[in-house]
Amino acid sequence: MSVLVYTEFDNGKFKKNALEAASYACKLAEQLNTSVSAITINASNPEEIGNYGVSKILKVTQDKLSVFNAKAYATAIAQAAEKEGTDIIVVSSSTDSKYMAAILAGILKAGYCTNVVALPTSTNPLVVKRTAFSNKGFAHTQYKTKINIIGVSSNAYGVFENKVSPEVENFEPKLNESDFSVHSVNIDKVTGKATIADADIVVSGGRGLKGPENWGMIEELAEVLGAATACSKPVSDMGWRPHSEHVGQTGKPVASNLYVAIGISGAIQHLAGINASKVKVVINTDPEAPFFKAADYGIVGDAFEVVPKLIEKLKEFKAQNA
Amino acid sequence: MKILVCISNVPDTTSKINFTEGDTKFDTNGVQFVINPNDEFGLTRAMWFKEKQGATIHVATVGGPAVEPTMRKALAIGADEAVRVNAEPTDALFVAQQLAEVVKNGSYDLIIAGRESIDYNGGMVPGMMSALLNFNFVNTCIGLEIEGNTATAFREIDGGKEKISTTLPLIIGGQKGLVEESDLRIPNMRGIMMARQKKLNVLEPIEANHGLEDIKYEKPAPKGAVKLVDADNISQLIDLLHNEAKVI
Repeated sequence: MSVLVYTEFDNGKFKKNALEAASYACKLAEQLNTSVSAITINASNPEEIGNYGVSKILKVTQDKLSVFNAKAYATAIAQAAEKEGTDIIVVSSSTDSKYMAAILAGILKAGYCTNVVALPTSTNPLVVKRTAFSNKGFAHTQYKTKINIIGVSSNAYGVFENKVSPEVENFEPKLNESDFSVHSVNIDKVTGKATIADADIVVSGGRGLKGPENWGMIEELAEVLGAATACSKPVSDMGWRPHSEHVGQTGKPVASNLYVAIGISGAIQHLAGINASKVKVVINTDPEAPFFKAADYGIVGDAFEVVPKLIEKLKEFKAQNA
Repeated sequence: MKILVCISNVPDTTSKINFTEGDTKFDTNGVQFVINPNDEFGLTRAMWFKEKQGATIHVATVGGPAVEPTMRKALAIGADEAVRVNAEPTDALFVAQQLAEVVKNGSYDLIIAGRESIDYNGGMVPGMMSALLNFNFVNTCIGLEIEGNTATAFREIDGGKEKISTTLPLIIGGQKGLVEESDLRIPNMRGIMMARQKKLNVLEPIEANHGLEDIKYEKPAPKGAVKLVDADNISQLIDLLHNEAKVI
């Protein structure tokens, strides 16, 4: 038995979901009485992942891999798994990891379970709990294969520090031209802002905000909370906000610790996409809005009055608790 | 260009989710099934290639006879032929192997699948197929143009989008953005009549191994009622989020 975790590195640091995947992998390895290896690709400070219990690091450094390439990354990780004699591979639920790991599963003919929300309920046979039916149910899923891939749902397990001094080994995957036949031409990405996938808190605005000119207070609230901004489907359909902010069934899935819905009624398709969030707050003028049935906390009130007051009070709170 | 659109037959979004047979099966009683929304965006994009570039569209699914109304709907929207692999779609690895076999025998240039199905939300089938077939693959695809053998695609990434250049044969995991929701087509009477005459081939599954097996389902614990905070007492909300929910 051995566990391999793929730890994503971006913009000079490990992504938060990489730390979560590493924390999960370490606890799992403890249950299995084995150790964890991590594979890092072009990470400038790979030993940092040792702070989360990883005892061995396979360090890959190749110029060709400087931009994420799903097929090439999957091929490299498959080779690392083979070299280490890995039975279980742990990956996060980021967009890139989900893209890469489906290819990896095809290469290794591995069982791959996504949206896993907890440590395995059984290790022999391996059984995990995952969300299904757009968070309206859970499945207990048993692996049937020799090599198994676990995709850990964002914010489901948490990040736990556990300092060890890892052994760092250079690893050179053998990659062919054909592994790079999907080329990245350019990347258009907001930098320096929390993304919906990685954020602990997401602040989301709906049609109740009346127009794109009113998004200033949403962005300010997000800034105070260190949150990512999101929006409902009608808002992105009307072009008030970019598509990449649309959350819901056909948009981006959200699994944050806190989701704040402002001026969003809570259509079933919207709730399907955000229900994995742990705590939900709704601010809406209509007390009959369906979101009040899905939320943990609610304020019946006009967003244009409530949100500025909330920003002010949060600033005071942050100042006191800084 | 020959396109295969992979369709998943899923419960309508508004369906009540219940389980039966000792919580080991999804209860289909009273549930209406539809084309998986992510696949429908892909099918609509395929129609664009058919109308503008003369492509041929086949649709494929893995499932029992009960999925045929959904396949007929795809034919009514405008697909030319349908293929049903006669097996229960138990898990992604099994389904990917079945669909890869359909692709091998049909010499398709472009395979359009959805990012994920809205029932089991796995999101694995197109990626697995790409590895099994050694085809190029773009996931979370929100835009696709084909010119000869070259494809330009846009992929949604965390915090933005990526422009991608690649070649056929290609598999995509599509989603909204490939076309807009307002572009989706409702089958008209003529389409529905024509769909009855179109070929719906039934194939027996190949030998394939399973990756996963769902052994039990459960519903989330019932949620407590919302705690309402007065709009004039915002500090109470902050207090609750800090001390009770512990999320700020």
